[in-house]
Amino acid sequence: MTTSTSPAAATVDPEAYLQVRDLRVQFPTEDGLVRAVDGVTFSVRRGQTLGIVGESGSGKSVTSMSILGLHNPDRTKISGEISVGGKNIVGMKEEQIRRLRGKDMAMIFQDPLSALHPYYKVGVQIAEAYKVHHPSASKKAATTRAVEMLDRVGIPQPQRRANQYPHEFSGGMRQRAMIAMALVNDPALLIADEPTTALDVTVQAQILELLEDLQREFQSAIIMITHDLGVVSQVADDVLVMYGGRPVETGSVEQIMKRPQHPYTWGLLASVPSLHGDANVDLVPIKGNPPSLINLPTGCAFNPRCRYAGQNGNRSFSEVPELRSAGEAGHQVACHMSFETRQRLYAEDIAHAGVAQ
Amino acid sequence: MTDLADSTASAATTTVPAREPLLKVEGLTKHFPVRSGGWGKASVVRAVENVSFEVRPGETLGLVGESGCGKTTTGRMLVRLLEPTSGKITFEGEDITRTKGAKLRKLRQDIQIIFQDPYASLNPRHTVGRIVAMPLQVNGIEPPGGVKKRVQELLETVGLNPEHYNRYPHEFSGGQRQRIGIARALALKPKLIVADEPVSALDVSIQAQVVNLLRQLQRDLGLSFVFIAHDLAVVRHFCERIAVMYLGRMVEIGTREQIYEKPAHPYTRALLSAVPDVTRLGSASRIKLEGDVPSPIDPPSGCVFHTRCWKAQEKCSAEAPKLLPNPNGSTSACHFPETGKLF
Amino acid sequence: MLRFLIKRLLLASTTLVAISIVTFLLFFAVPTSPAWVMCGRNCSPERIAQVEQSLGLDQPITTQYTDFVKGVFAGRTFDDAGTIRECDAPCLGYSFRSQEPVTDSLARTLPVTLSIVIGAMVVFLTVGIGLGMLAALRKGSVFDRVAIGASVGFASTQTYTLGGVLLLVLVYSTGILPNPSYTPITENPLAWASGLLLPWITLGLINSALYARLSRAQMIETLTEDFVRTARAKGLPARTVNRRHALRAAITPLVTIAGVDLGSYLGGVVITESVFSLNGIGRAAADAVADLNLPLVMATVLVAAFFIVTMNIIVDMLYAVIDPRVRLG
Repeated sequence: MTTSTSPAAATVDPEAYLQVRDLRVQFPTEDGLVRAVDGVTFSVRRGQTLGIVGESGSGKSVTSMSILGLHNPDRTKISGEISVGGKNIVGMKEEQIRRLRGKDMAMIFQDPLSALHPYYKVGVQIAEAYKVHHPSASKKAATTRAVEMLDRVGIPQPQRRANQYPHEFSGGMRQRAMIAMALVNDPALLIADEPTTALDVTVQAQILELLEDLQREFQSAIIMITHDLGVVSQVADDVLVMYGGRPVETGSVEQIMKRPQHPYTWGLLASVPSLHGDANVDLVPIKGNPPSLINLPTGCAFNPRCRYAGQNGNRSFSEVPELRSAGEAGHQVACHMSFETRQRLYAEDIAHAGVAQ
Repeated sequence: MTDLADSTASAATTTVPAREPLLKVEGLTKHFPVRSGGWGKASVVRAVENVSFEVRPGETLGLVGESGCGKTTTGRMLVRLLEPTSGKITFEGEDITRTKGAKLRKLRQDIQIIFQDPYASLNPRHTVGRIVAMPLQVNGIEPPGGVKKRVQELLETVGLNPEHYNRYPHEFSGGQRQRIGIARALALKPKLIVADEPVSALDVSIQAQVVNLLRQLQRDLGLSFVFIAHDLAVVRHFCERIAVMYLGRMVEIGTREQIYEKPAHPYTRALLSAVPDVTRLGSASRIKLEGDVPSPIDPPSGCVFHTRCWKAQEKCSAEAPKLLPNPNGSTSACHFPETGKLF
Repeated sequence: MLRFLIKRLLLASTTLVAISIVTFLLFFAVPTSPAWVMCGRNCSPERIAQVEQSLGLDQPITTQYTDFVKGVFAGRTFDDAGTIRECDAPCLGYSFRSQEPVTDSLARTLPVTLSIVIGAMVVFLTVGIGLGMLAALRKGSVFDRVAIGASVGFASTQTYTLGGVLLLVLVYSTGILPNPSYTPITENPLAWASGLLLPWITLGLINSALYARLSRAQMIETLTEDFVRTARAKGLPARTVNRRHALRAAITPLVTIAGVDLGSYLGGVVITESVFSLNGIGRAAADAVADLNLPLVMATVLVAAFFIVTMNIIVDMLYAVIDPRVRLG
């Protein structure tokens, strides 16, 4: 793996349903060029879940929007490759992407109240999603299908509920309806953008369980975008940690949560309070604030917030670290520090704080 | 920082005799009248129903529960932003439930609130200096050394640069704005701070900064806190005692160990086991609650949790359980409390 | 719904009563008497008293007001120097000037205003909202800039300027259009339309400008809503997204504005009517005020108030129909 000239390309699984290679998404603005996504590579197989973790402005949501081709083509520069079921959608005509959208790939959003149209009945909105990809289906068939889906996602009295408006649903029921709408055409790829952030914990647990259930049944590839490491550790098989539009660490959920290698991942883990361990130990916060994507720090984008920046001469400030093997197969990290240094620092500074305990 | 802290902490312990609660809440109830249906049948939302607890000097009490459980309404009543329908609030031995006028203004110096949204709770047209100085000016307090000096001290206490006195809120990040809100709350040297979801609008890496700051202030200044939050892990990290609310009622109250390790109420257990936790990879054994929280307009009979409780029996829908001590040491309102460790 | 309607109708009636009282009081606060206006400069005091008596102005204000109210609901009898005139309910009295029953003059002038306003409304709703929506969808394009630039130009134009120019160009110089006139639609629909085309265009264009800018702003905001993103994520074609999802939501606030505008225009579009010499209710009202013609003033004020109040109720009910989240009560 380390011998590869393009280390990033090494992680793409040729069998995977979704393959993203060296994706770059840029928005020219009056203040300068926003590099929202700057060279991201990953893949997801059917039946597998990839968790993309990052704070606001990390590029995680832009990544998902570009997979669905939902960015404004006039104001976005996009390069790299996004292969969905063998079709590269970068550069594809809008009409072709539209035919894939909602059928081969679907998305659920953070706030189901604003994501559903307030003026249309829930059943109508789901039936519409079915009908657009099944033009020969009758209105009645589409409605029946909508009721079926509401039933499948665990909404009691689906017939009656289909005739209600989104505001008559509770938060959890709305997100179930959103999932029903996303899955109405059996998409092979489902992108969930912070699907449980707006929900209460017990409802969150219900929704996560439902998603796992549906994944087993439909063998969908799922991308779970979230800032919540707890959610990721619960549902993801693989994890991609993003910072400032770049990938900083990727690996299996076990590798990222138990043997994290990047100081940013450490920071995330050590700053989240846990339900276990010693509650009297102070958290180890990451100092400073997430960077502006217009004016990323030179070198490693994390360097102003990194406690260990400057360990290798000037490299943190001058050279962008590339993703390299972090020791185990499939585990990659973009950090200038040596493996040994990282091992030592993790044991000394991090392992006792927050959820890293 | 530390010398300032020592004096305040010792002051707090001398003015109030030990063990005497700083704040005592008895049977606190809030009903909101609403209209529903085509003809507008009048009914009430039972937002808070007969809630009682105490906060001792220097203690941190967590109020947890899901949205609509009444924790925020309770907090607002404590700082008298909402009038209780019934019940009694005692602060330093004095009944403050209906305090008005000058006495209320005096009370507001002692009890301060920090809000969730650091964006909405700061006036965008005022400089940070003016925002933090406002409570001093409103109450006509002239601190030794002048207002500006005091404000700069406060900014330093919350980890902001005192030279940023003349900047506006929009020039600060979310975490820094929450620090401004905290500085403002500290301006009058309060004895009790009600913190309503103070970190939930912040990015994860910023949350820890603010939580650590609050912990430090609590330790150094000997402040008492009522900390309202939905994030159980944050509450565990900050609070010594925790009260769990469901549908306007308090279902369990106890120490951190009692609540997080051996919770007695089934709802507390369900709530804790639903929290996705990094230390438990994959879908660990969770207690799954069915359905949604019932409407507070028409709460279930008996124990309000019986509609979703896996242990519910006939008695539960007939008779409302009283808050009683459990073998684990906590107090809970359940006919069939759990025993044993949670995880 | 019913509760809402009853509540609002009660409120509306109170408003109308209040307006009628205020109008009455204001009328008598004016230091000149209608008799002076009617009789002219060289009128003897005896003649004035005579005229005042014949108009009923010698009675106390309260009597005059109760007589007026009685006339509206039960009809009344006028005794003008021995000539008895029966005025059936709803009686709004006789014009001081022409002695014509006020209800007749309303029946004559109201259809004119109604025709002008309805036609103009069709113009400004279609042109205005159409342009605004298209501009929003092509935000930043040449089309957008031209449309919005033009709308600023029209919005800053006055009816008499634009109307005068159009009259000069389309009627007097080229004769493309006939001189504006009113023919009842029941008599000759074609003549009705061609006679009113010019006021429609004038009033329509000036209002289009406002509606174009409002609807553009609304649409741009709606296009950033989450539910529009959801609609696109479903794979709906852009046209369906824009029409079914964005337009429907963007248009809701415009309904309020259009309804309130309609209500106030129906009470009379004085300048438009004057520029094109059409005898609508607006002109009748303006003349009545100048003549101190109390019965006509009362009638036109009440008609205008009635339309505004009614349209407000209709708009609120329409809102509940369009947006299921709105509950009346």
